[in-house]
Amino acid sequence: MIEITLAHYLFLSAVVFTIGIIGIFLNRKNVIVILMSVELILIAVNINLVSFSVYLNDLVGQVFTMFVLTVAAAEAAIGLAILVVFFRNKGSIHVEDINSLKG
Amino acid sequence: MENLNLIYPEIFLSLLTIGLLMLGVFKKNSFNLIIRFSSIGLLLLIPVVYINNDISNELFSQNYLVDSFSIFMKILILGSSAIALFFTNEYIKNSSINQFEYPILVLTSILGMFVMVSSNNLMGLYLGIELQSLSLYVLASLNRDSIKSTEAGVKYFVLGALSSGLLLYGCSLIYGFTGSTNYYIIAKSFDANNLALLFGLVFILVGLAFKISAVPFHMWTPDVYEGSPTSVTAFFALAPKVAGMAAIIRILYVPFGNIVIEWQTILIFISVASMILGAVAAIGQSNIKRLMAYSGISHMGYALAGLVTGTKDGVASTILYVLIYVVMSIGSFVCILVMKRKNIYLENIRDLSGLSKNHPLVALSFVVILFSLAGIPPLAGFFAKFYIFMAVVKVEFYTLAVIGLVTSVISAFYYLRIIKIIYFDPSQEKFDPISSNGIKFSLAFSTLIILFYFLNPSIFTFFTNIATAAIK
Repeated sequence: MIEITLAHYLFLSAVVFTIGIIGIFLNRKNVIVILMSVELILIAVNINLVSFSVYLNDLVGQVFTMFVLTVAAAEAAIGLAILVVFFRNKGSIHVEDINSLKG
Repeated sequence: MENLNLIYPEIFLSLLTIGLLMLGVFKKNSFNLIIRFSSIGLLLLIPVVYINNDISNELFSQNYLVDSFSIFMKILILGSSAIALFFTNEYIKNSSINQFEYPILVLTSILGMFVMVSSNNLMGLYLGIELQSLSLYVLASLNRDSIKSTEAGVKYFVLGALSSGLLLYGCSLIYGFTGSTNYYIIAKSFDANNLALLFGLVFILVGLAFKISAVPFHMWTPDVYEGSPTSVTAFFALAPKVAGMAAIIRILYVPFGNIVIEWQTILIFISVASMILGAVAAIGQSNIKRLMAYSGISHMGYALAGLVTGTKDGVASTILYVLIYVVMSIGSFVCILVMKRKNIYLENIRDLSGLSKNHPLVALSFVVILFSLAGIPPLAGFFAKFYIFMAVVKVEFYTLAVIGLVTSVISAFYYLRIIKIIYFDPSQEKFDPISSNGIKFSLAFSTLIILFYFLNPSIFTFFTNIATAAIK
């Protein structure tokens, strides 16, 4: 049996974080996907914090995770609200259609 | 028992916000009342903040600092936001974004900035940044029937959320490898040979550079500045920049103060890139709000150049630079709000022609402000740059100083182009007369400080030196 160590958790978190970042930059379709990628980034951070917290035997990491979860919920709410307002004006939430400001 | 007197400003601010929110919800058409209460509340908070003016006070087992640095920055944030509410009042009403949420969102973002400035803990820093940014995303898209405004909101939200994610990942790495989120403990147990810690440092720096719109993380700035309502843009250029700079100063000099070598190179790159891009990219702009965005980017580059030094002189010069930048920004945004014909607010630079005939005094003040932004002696902007370059030369970063001088010459080109349009281009229709006292007062305030700064610079340097004393 392989024992799961801190390094495994950190690797998992780094992979999830990278998927989140790539999702934001490579995504050419839908803004909702960007919101999901942001959530992935925050989840990666949570994995990091909780595993560090267990490894260090220190509660601060888990408290931090609780705060991050709360903020992530608020952020998703505000992001969706802004997106709805944008959709009402533009009639589309495709990434290519977010183009009226440039120069 | 903690000495809760120290966080009276934060407590008052949150109570004021909640109270005004209740008032707005239960009383119809209460915008005028609420914006008046919130400006008065902000002004009244200044003495409350100032009362605890000891060099250093620690709260919540050293996780929250009320020292002279945070007091200075809080007063700067309060003053600039109160003035911004004061002179944008008329614009808000004319462009029908006068919902009561507007001043309340400004207040919550200021509460977030307070936490950013005072926090001595990565968790507090993150929560402060989020409270500030979440309010600012909504403010950017406040004009909800306009495509531009909502698009600015979407762009700001996506890039802002990405930057807080990066910052947070950095925080988690730092926490894991030092065992604490407290700045003092991080400073003690930071091991510069540990690669993961350096990664964490870089992630945190990237996240904060986003917030003050330094290159290469500036992409959102021109779009958000152009798209948001002008009153919101004026606010963006003032308080969030101050708070972001304060957070950067504290994080670089307290937890990472022992490893200046490690972050110096990164900061030199960010600073040089911001100065160059801000100077070059602004040349082709025709929208004055976009131009102010690029001008803001280059000014943040100069302010960061002071931090590169790693010395007390450098920090003092950066603080002074931020102070003078805020005064100049107030003036320039007041002038942008004067650009109004037949009740329509104009944003193209060419629309400025004829300002010298309709409003000779405003035109003269605008010229003073633009000269100061370009750094021409004996105006305040010159002294701000002068102190920065002195601090940089003292630690023998000659290349950085030379690049700064060259870029400030380049950026003088586009400031002078605006002056040429104001004075020498054929005039168009008449501008509307200025009816708002807020505009007159704020413009006079900003111009007088810029003009007469050289008579007694020691008033300003006295305060910046006290603020610097709390760092390190």
